[in-house]
Amino acid sequence: MSAVIQVENLQKWFGTRKILDGINFEVREGETLVIMGGSGCGKSTLLRTLVGLLQADEGKVLIFGEDMAHASEDKKNEIRKKFGMLFQGAALFNSLTVGENVALPLKEHTSLDEEIIRIIVKVKLELVGLTGFESLKPYQISGGMKKRVALARAIALDPKIVFYDEPGAGLDPITARVIDHLLMDLTKKLRMTSVVVTHEMNSAFRIADRMIMLHQGKVVGSGSPQEIKESKDPYVQQFVRGEINGPISFKETKEHYLKSIFGGDVGL
Amino acid sequence: MIARLSHFLVTVGRNTQLLLIEVGRLSNLARHFLYWTFAAPLAGKQGLRRHSFVQQLIFMGNESVFIVFLVTASVGAVLALQAAYQLRQFGAVLYTGALVSVSMTRELGPIVTSIVIAGRVGASITAEIGTMKVQEEVDALTTMGIPPVPFLVVPRILAIAIMLPCLTALGDLIGIFGGYLIGISGLGLDSNLYLRQTFEALIPKDILTGIAKSFVFAILIGLISTYKGLSVEGGAEGVGRATTESVVLSIIAIIVSDCICTGVFYYIFP
Ligand SMILES: Nc1ncnc2c1ncn2[C@@H]1O[C@H](COP(=O)(O)OP(=O)(O)OP(=O)(O)O)[C@@H](O)[C@H]1O
Ligand SMILES: [Mg+2]
Repeated sequence: MSAVIQVENLQKWFGTRKILDGINFEVREGETLVIMGGSGCGKSTLLRTLVGLLQADEGKVLIFGEDMAHASEDKKNEIRKKFGMLFQGAALFNSLTVGENVALPLKEHTSLDEEIIRIIVKVKLELVGLTGFESLKPYQISGGMKKRVALARAIALDPKIVFYDEPGAGLDPITARVIDHLLMDLTKKLRMTSVVVTHEMNSAFRIADRMIMLHQGKVVGSGSPQEIKESKDPYVQQFVRGEINGPISFKETKEHYLKSIFGGDVGL
Repeated sequence: MIARLSHFLVTVGRNTQLLLIEVGRLSNLARHFLYWTFAAPLAGKQGLRRHSFVQQLIFMGNESVFIVFLVTASVGAVLALQAAYQLRQFGAVLYTGALVSVSMTRELGPIVTSIVIAGRVGASITAEIGTMKVQEEVDALTTMGIPPVPFLVVPRILAIAIMLPCLTALGDLIGIFGGYLIGISGLGLDSNLYLRQTFEALIPKDILTGIAKSFVFAILIGLISTYKGLSVEGGAEGVGRATTESVVLSIIAIIVSDCICTGVFYYIFP
């Protein structure tokens, strides 16, 4: 299997804080890669850098061999047509109906007929199990449905890759499972590659073909779910088991915290 | 004393710096706006979304036409009363109509209408785009390969740039009418005479410079309100703050640029 995404020595700073500290990994065609890690370890930052919402300070993000981190804005927009993204809060356009939301990428990037677009929208909504919801507005549907509409929108252009930011966040366990199943189903049916950011262990082990674990901006573990479960690395161990005691400390002092925020010394 | 002075100077310096940064970002947005409005369509890219432009036009018109009429009619009426108060001393109440029509078209019509639009339309643009920003809708657009400037900014600025001069022209008319009502009912002037005064005094230059000003104000309101919306950070609270700043900044920009425009027109069209 060939790699569709290659990340090489990726670094990202916010001011003087280094959030991503030399990340390396690859995503292979057709697989579901889960990126795990504790709150604030830089998962969302990594995802936003991959899709070009944030500019990398150092390193490469190769998507289908093209460097997202150093592409012109026009080039980035070309690459972006080949992937979809599901945002944590769904990010549906509130002024548009469900159908218009799904139709938007089609209207913008293709010259298809209204009628054909309408049919594609119907098919995509059917794929996520929402038949006949076209004319509702986003505020008229539940959070789980919004996620599904957003998923339908993300796959509207039949992308090769879909990025998911916390697909189960804010949903009840059953609805979260429904989304997981959809994700696995679509990945298989449409032969897509999925990159999923999550801190839900159960969900992660359910959907992943491979996982990587981040801690303080570095990849501290990677492998199949089985390998991760059996990993000897103390960080990975602690995270997988959800233990309070271990190398990942939650009992930070204020000095510690401020230091981690501002980096280096602060005159306290 | 010296400490206080230096503190004051530091504050002034910092605020000036912040203002310059803000102006820099605003002109950056202006550059993008110009690119997507004029250059991009020539390069074969989709610039203006016509559907969204028409939607904005209708929305803006609906939203503000009534208030513009109410405010300009009141201003016209006040103007007639104030003019009559002054002119009475010279026995020239007759010229009230002329004064109202000239001040309305040259100055008060454009500025009052623009301020109403800044509060009504500018605020709603900032709130709408700001809400989209905090709910990651703007990011969603970007990751779909749809640049937010042609999609969100261009239709709104162009819609204001067309709607505001039209509303100003209507506002001028309504203001003159407000003055006329006061003139014939409150001041006891003859209707025919008043109207003759009104239109004899008015020359095309008065109307055109007024409309030209309103066009400048429209671009400023459009740029400021979309810029403030796109730069929102920090949730719903951030949207509220940006909306207030957008209106305040727009009104300041309108008044300062009015001063500049009036100066320029005074010298080039004497
Ligand atoms: N725009 C920003 N400016 C400055 N710092 C930021 C910004 N965005 C994120 N950060 C910081 O970067 C760090 C990583 O944030 P990020 O959102 O990537 O974490 P995360 O792993 O997604 O956490 P969570 O699981 O809670 O969503 C955090 O400490 C955060 O404070
Ligand atoms: Mg996150």
